[in-house]
Amino acid sequence: MQEVTQATMEFMKQYWAPLVCGLAIVAVLPLIVGYVVLVERKIMADMQARLGPMRVGPHGLLQPIADAVKLLIKEDIIPDDADKLVFWLAPVLSVGAALLAMAGLAIGPAFQIAQDINVGILFVVGVSAMGIFGIVLGGWASNSHYSLMGALRSSAQLVSYETAAGMALVCGLLFAGTLNVTSIVEAQRNQGIWFGLLAPVALFTYLVASIAETNRAPFDLPEAESELVAGYMTEFSGFRWSLYFLAEYTNMIVVASVATTLFLGGWLRPFSETRWLNFIDFFPPLLTAVIGVYCLMRTPKQPARVQQLFMLAVAGLCFAVAAVLASPVLVPIAKPSLAAAVRPFYAGIHGGFWFIFKVSAYIYFFMWLRFTLPRYRFDQLMRLGWHFLIPLSIINVLLIGIAMIVGVYYHLNGWRLLLATLPASIMALIIALFILALDQKGEAQKAPSRAPDSYA
Amino acid sequence: MASNTIAGTGEKQQTLLGADELILNMGPQHPSTHGVLRVKLKLDGERVIGSECLIGYLHRGVEKIAENRTYQQFAPYVDRMDYVAAVSNGLGYCEAVEKLLMVEAPPRARVIRTILTELQRIASHLLWLGTHALDIGALTPLFYCFREREEILKIFEKYCGARLTTHAFRIGGLQYEAHDTLEKDVERFCKAFEPRIKDYEDLLTQNRIWLGRTKGVGILQAADAIALGATGPVLRASGVKWDIRKAMPYAAYDQYKFEIPVGATGDTYDRYMVRMEEMRQSRLICLQAIENIPAGPIMAKVGKVLKPPPGEVYHSIEAPKGELGYYVISDGTVQPYRVRIRPPSFVNLQSFDHMVKGHLVADVVAIIGTLDIVLGEVDR
Repeated sequence: MQEVTQATMEFMKQYWAPLVCGLAIVAVLPLIVGYVVLVERKIMADMQARLGPMRVGPHGLLQPIADAVKLLIKEDIIPDDADKLVFWLAPVLSVGAALLAMAGLAIGPAFQIAQDINVGILFVVGVSAMGIFGIVLGGWASNSHYSLMGALRSSAQLVSYETAAGMALVCGLLFAGTLNVTSIVEAQRNQGIWFGLLAPVALFTYLVASIAETNRAPFDLPEAESELVAGYMTEFSGFRWSLYFLAEYTNMIVVASVATTLFLGGWLRPFSETRWLNFIDFFPPLLTAVIGVYCLMRTPKQPARVQQLFMLAVAGLCFAVAAVLASPVLVPIAKPSLAAAVRPFYAGIHGGFWFIFKVSAYIYFFMWLRFTLPRYRFDQLMRLGWHFLIPLSIINVLLIGIAMIVGVYYHLNGWRLLLATLPASIMALIIALFILALDQKGEAQKAPSRAPDSYA
Repeated sequence: MASNTIAGTGEKQQTLLGADELILNMGPQHPSTHGVLRVKLKLDGERVIGSECLIGYLHRGVEKIAENRTYQQFAPYVDRMDYVAAVSNGLGYCEAVEKLLMVEAPPRARVIRTILTELQRIASHLLWLGTHALDIGALTPLFYCFREREEILKIFEKYCGARLTTHAFRIGGLQYEAHDTLEKDVERFCKAFEPRIKDYEDLLTQNRIWLGRTKGVGILQAADAIALGATGPVLRASGVKWDIRKAMPYAAYDQYKFEIPVGATGDTYDRYMVRMEEMRQSRLICLQAIENIPAGPIMAKVGKVLKPPPGEVYHSIEAPKGELGYYVISDGTVQPYRVRIRPPSFVNLQSFDHMVKGHLVADVVAIIGTLDIVLGEVDR
């Protein structure tokens, strides 16, 4: 018995950090997803000239909790004709893959569950692609036509766009020279420039492909509400449905994190190596403080006492976060002797802030597109993928590779590498557009022109 | 009992991979069938090879009800047919009965009727635009459209107290005098509406995805449109310049200048453009009408009890969705012997099967949306 306890203690001592991180992710992620949904509804409301959730808590701040409770106490329905085991397994598979992918990501230099795995990015991409099994199996097991069509669309979409996304990632990896997540960010610090700036076309390709991969509008065909009711989720309800929902939003966070890590400098501050821009360090505490002040100003306007108290609590939370964010910046100024001591805290705290900030911006872009654009049709989606994005990403990899050889030849690094990669990116874009134009021209010739009947 | 065959496509068709066809039931409970339309689709993969519209889920026997009500009592019922354009329905019915009675509404009543009917056309088209865009996946235009529609409904509310099923007109004229601020309200709305149309067009007209989803989808040639009896924007988008407001003017339309927009190819995009332009034209008609509302009585001399002489009459108006016709037969009593209604939605829905063949499932919802049907009117 003692041996077991001792072994457990040994294990805990060795792996306490990943365990804590893992627990944090599994426990906190559903809550985060709930609030991502709330933020999405608020942004949607803002863009559509309305208020969004306002009833549950001040400004609807408790809405996610109410939603979660509602989903949990709903009746659990499994259709009679469904394949019970697969129907049970599919959402679990989906959400499991999404959560597992989170393990490979590094939110700060220290916050990572699977620390220092050498295939980092590959692991994340591979595992998150497994989630498609949950969708396909769930759609098939429901034994409903809408579900089946949603599942088929989803699998075809993933196959088409994963290729383009993979090629875009290869571009970033060419610069990094490693698959390890931490090393990729370190490589960007050493280069002094984010890889997204070095290869903007790759960032763009990944952006589009990742929207398609996570089944978000305008590529949300697998769950297109106006066509397939809810696609593969049609027969799911209550907790099972919420698992799919959790998986979808977790996947969004995963692709946003991958893009942040590889293209947007991970947890690095913008211009992290430029000394005279160090004042950017004041941005995080200032931002949170401003949000806190705003909450404080709104407090008297709340209709009920409880809501006023809640608002005060939110303001207090913001100020606390602001204080935590400010301390690594202010302490070295006040007491230079402590500068070395707060250095690791700076990396952890500010790194976390910047990472979350960039991920949020990426997800905001997703939402923005969703509320602005109509939905693609399936054949148009496939044409965009196979006729434009995949050629673009492949040509881009080739040309960026050549640009890197040129860069090595002329000893270009950092910002000066742009001299080689920017022309390469532009050339890739031009060639891909040329291919697209040729393609459309051929199609126009194929289709018999229908003259408008205008006898009237 | 629903069998697995679809009318007109009984024989086995060749599918792409030689697999069986998939029969997909769309509706009556489906987010984008605009009510309780049920479409049985025969699919090869995602391609539609046959379709059948099953209607009647909202049948209330409106025409039969008419035979057991007096002429005035039946008027509120017609509001419930095309419930997003109640004012237009009422106008058609009142004018048909007036024709039967051989009376004419006074000029003041006719101008006010025109103003309200044109506002109703804008409201109906706004609802169509919002839901059509929503079907194609654009979430935001819906809320913008409803914001403007709300302003129109507020004008109705001020005028007669009701917003949706207004019962705004009476046989022989109007019951209510126009409220003091009617002209000002309509003018304010028209002023505000011009830039708003531009907002919708910014979101959609030049949008590549929107173009891809609507251009070349659901083409209806002019000859087919006429053969199928399509009217309204559906017919005009096919290039036929036919508008009852111009062809057989009623109410006060002969006094105003307006254009009839027509399309060229008769696809979904043309129908979209025609309706957008119609909203602009309706706005112009409203602006012209409020310039000069004649003074005078609002009610013609009709008795409390209406007993039209025996006879029959067909009267049609240009409702937002097309030709709305009333065929009323009187046998000299206080109740109509028969009221037959020609609803534009029902007739336009005939062209659905013709338009949808060979398209994908995603286009089915686009085509249902572009036909602008209201199931209350289809089923009556």
